Amino acid sequence: MADRPQGTAKAGDNRPKLSLHVPEPKFRPGDAVDFSHIVVPEAGAQPRPDETTDPKDMLDFAHGLIRVLGEDNKAHGPWDPKLDPETLRKMLGHMAMTRAFDERMFRGQRQGKTSFYMKCTGEEATSVSASMALAADDMVFPSYRQQGILIQRGYPMIEMINQIYSNKGDKLKGRQLPIMYSSKEHSFFTISGNLATQTPQAVGWAMASAIKGDSRIAATWVGEGSTAEGDFHSACLFATVYNAPVILNVVNNQWAISSFSGFAGAERATFAARGVGYGIASLRVDGNDPLACYAAEQWAANRARANAGPTLIEFFSYRAEGHSTSDDPSGYRSAQEREEWPLGDPVMRLKNHLIELGEWDEERQEKMDLEAAEYVKKTTKEAEANGILGHGLHHPFRTMFEDVFEELPWHLKEQSEQAIHERKTKFPEGLPEA
Amino acid sequence: MSDTKTKDASATEGQTDRRLNMIEAVNEALDVMMERDPNTVIMGEDVGYFGGVFRCTAGLQEKYGKTRVFDTPISECGIIAAAVGMGAYGLRPVPEIQFADYIYPGLDQLISEAARLRYRSAAEYTAPITVRSPFGGGIFGGQTHSQSPEAIFAHVSGLKTVIPATPYDAKGLLISAIEDNDPVIFFEPKRIYNGPFSGYYDKPVEPWKRFEASIVPEGYYNIPLGKARYATKGDELTILAYGTMVHVVEAICREKGVEADIVDLRTIVPVDIETIEESVRKTGRCLIVHEATRTAGFGAELSALVTERCFYHLEAPVLRVTGFDTPYPHSLEWAYFPGPIRIGEALDKILSE
Repeated sequence: MADRPQGTAKAGDNRPKLSLHVPEPKFRPGDAVDFSHIVVPEAGAQPRPDETTDPKDMLDFAHGLIRVLGEDNKAHGPWDPKLDPETLRKMLGHMAMTRAFDERMFRGQRQGKTSFYMKCTGEEATSVSASMALAADDMVFPSYRQQGILIQRGYPMIEMINQIYSNKGDKLKGRQLPIMYSSKEHSFFTISGNLATQTPQAVGWAMASAIKGDSRIAATWVGEGSTAEGDFHSACLFATVYNAPVILNVVNNQWAISSFSGFAGAERATFAARGVGYGIASLRVDGNDPLACYAAEQWAANRARANAGPTLIEFFSYRAEGHSTSDDPSGYRSAQEREEWPLGDPVMRLKNHLIELGEWDEERQEKMDLEAAEYVKKTTKEAEANGILGHGLHHPFRTMFEDVFEELPWHLKEQSEQAIHERKTKFPEGLPEA
Repeated sequence: MSDTKTKDASATEGQTDRRLNMIEAVNEALDVMMERDPNTVIMGEDVGYFGGVFRCTAGLQEKYGKTRVFDTPISECGIIAAAVGMGAYGLRPVPEIQFADYIYPGLDQLISEAARLRYRSAAEYTAPITVRSPFGGGIFGGQTHSQSPEAIFAHVSGLKTVIPATPYDAKGLLISAIEDNDPVIFFEPKRIYNGPFSGYYDKPVEPWKRFEASIVPEGYYNIPLGKARYATKGDELTILAYGTMVHVVEAICREKGVEADIVDLRTIVPVDIETIEESVRKTGRCLIVHEATRTAGFGAELSALVTERCFYHLEAPVLRVTGFDTPYPHSLEWAYFPGPIRIGEALDKILSE
């Protein structure tokens, strides 16, 4: 019989002690911020491969940073999408409108008009510019921070506000948390609120489009933090296995509520690099450069439409505000980060580019911002006529039991009768609504 | 053969008397729906060229092509999620989860996504998906090939759960499930794929062809979801069961000479409350039998429904016979399984009250 280890020493005492690494962001509240570790290559320095390039031959694109707009406010290099000034002004307009909308809705939440809101400040290009590079009937599966897509696609703003207020005009009948929009008409999938679930669904939609010999492609957006979910990996796997016509957009805004990107693996690899292991063409893009965002999305769309397969795009950006109305970023990160962010602000960069081109000026910008704010204000007023959250002007009570199934089964019928009874007990003088 | 249900198959050859086992019936339902609706697609692990580990999809890839019947990665999350996306496109996917025990990685996509798409989007998007999955024990599958997780799905609003007990029902119910515009979980009791089970594991399996319930019409027919059937009629008590246990209780009642209304629920959500109430009001006694674990099993829901709605007709407490609250054991499978002794004693008890 073999001897067991004897004595007081524990097994393995002569080996070095193990230690657990728990990631820690570089800067916490009050810290001076120095982003010099972030490598920012020259705009225009990146080559542009053909859209049908084998992913094996473009591995560098998962680690570099595609940039078009330089410090000189000019467009550089082969990724310049060469958009005409009118298109650039439209892009700027959608981004300015998105920002104005965010400002107003955030304030509305603070005024108690709704329960919740999420801004996309600093990330407007990742939705507006990317969406402009798609066809209007390409199907998008967004996360919760792509309001820019709806604004770009011309979804009526009053519908967005009705949804945020969960009022009687809300097409979703007050069932979803604010900002979880849905618009089939605008090829915009119903936002879940659970994280990353939309990514493999987008792949399934794209597979269906390919099964049917359609020409429409799918695109999905997910935050870098949510790429930690298994769903994202299922999405990558199904996308590559079936060569699905899909674009997987990862918006790396550095923060997932209070958890920095290191908790999703950013200390070890880029998010674009996740595509490499799956054999997916992967691009890492300056997410605050509207032209680069457009160009990368267009590249991926061309690739998908040519049956050349999926693309994973990491938009390297920065969440300039809190995660939502429910958190205060000054409690977990340095306020200097926003000012020091080396890639600037997408709205300012596009504005300065247009000015540099001689196609824009500060006066017009001011006028546009003012008009956007006025438009949002006016539309908000219109929406408020339909009610704000908790003030009684919500969807008719009977709708609570609708749409669980196509038809109401007996048990839900019984429960709805109970609910109606409770309603009558609460309001014996008569119901407050039809 | 002494079984009164047994017919001499050779004497009754003809279209109306085709006899299929449950695998063939499932295969035929899929075939019918693939033929009728070009939006129907089948996907899952090993379902394509190979035709499925239980052969339920045999021949379908050859017939309908690789883009309508295809293998998938071993990723239940991905399978369900892709089906949700395909459903949003307008297809009618019928994904297979190879064993119900493997469905859990796909639960978020089922519970948070498929089940709620219609509600959260106010019917803009729906999930017309039928998730087929072999389930239940009695095949020495151990803890990872034997579970009966139906209660998990019954608890989720927005999902329907269907469990056939015969080849005839399997085809008609699967057709209805695929045609349904909402997500349906379709659990196939694999112990009775080839023949009904008497509860005596040491007796040979009698093949389906010896039973009338294996007579499966050709072509299209459907059995509405949410409608139970009487497997047998009798006045002494009501037994509520589904899947494999329908046959086990039938065999034990026959053996003991008990005349029972055996109600094969067929669909547990929505459950056929009318038939349950009708039978229990007539018999005054109710036994509920399922193979799944006991605590918070679907039997608890049935017991509550019967007690709430038929209390004054009851002459004895409602009883449940179930699997034990342990993981499904391998070597002690037949000690776990709710077999003749457990059911027999419950029958004695409920009939003596």
